[in-house]
Amino acid sequence: MAEETRTPSSHGAGGHERSGGPPRGPRPGGGPGGPREGGRKYFRRKKVCKFCVEKIEAVNYKDVRLLAQFVAESGKITPRRLTGVCTPHQRRLSRAIKQARNIALLPFAGRAQ
Amino acid sequence: MNRNYEVMFIVRPDMVEEDLNKLISTLESSVTSAGGTAKSEVWGKRRLAYKVGRFNDGIFVLMLIDAAGAVVHEVERRLRVTEQVIKFLTVRTDEELKRLDKIKKLRDSKKKASAQPAAAPATPATAEAGTEAPATASA
Repeated sequence: MAEETRTPSSHGAGGHERSGGPPRGPRPGGGPGGPREGGRKYFRRKKVCKFCVEKIEAVNYKDVRLLAQFVAESGKITPRRLTGVCTPHQRRLSRAIKQARNIALLPFAGRAQ
Repeated sequence: MNRNYEVMFIVRPDMVEEDLNKLISTLESSVTSAGGTAKSEVWGKRRLAYKVGRFNDGIFVLMLIDAAGAVVHEVERRLRVTEQVIKFLTVRTDEELKRLDKIKKLRDSKKKASAQPAAAPATPATAEAGTEAPATASA
């Protein structure tokens, strides 16, 4: 039950981060909006991989500020479908986040105090 | 066979700077005596993301080591034995560095390649436009 109540909130946290976090930065340059799906009234701007756009190749566990953008408030790694990161970069990113957790630069759960 | 490693470790926040410098120099000397090179940088006191033992913050130290794997094992053993060290992490970086080097080279070559053809087609395009304009004018 506790798990059930927590899931939406963490999802919401991810969404919040999306709206306020820098992953949004490269989007305006990311082409003429997204395709209209199924005649929906609003359209979604196509998400672009931050690492590809800004040409950040080194995803390093020491760069806490960068990694923190891809961690939800609960401490979870934000899924690709929310951030738009491409698969190869998500792989490196998740490894870096896990290393950072190990050396107490990022929390395993919850906010860094 | 030498490889590049990064060893990051955290010592207690109440550790005196002298002791810390002594610890770092002994670690470095153990690497250099085994034929490697070591470079360290102290990040200073930082807040930990979670409690480790009873500590809420610690002094972070990063060591860049270029040596064989056995040397790093010895460094890790020393860190484990030292009571002041509350956490450490070893990462091998040589393959990552190689990859980054490759990407950098590729980018540089692309930059050069794109700089030359961009200048070349520019002149024929203007020449074509020049010949086309009088043709339409006469018609």
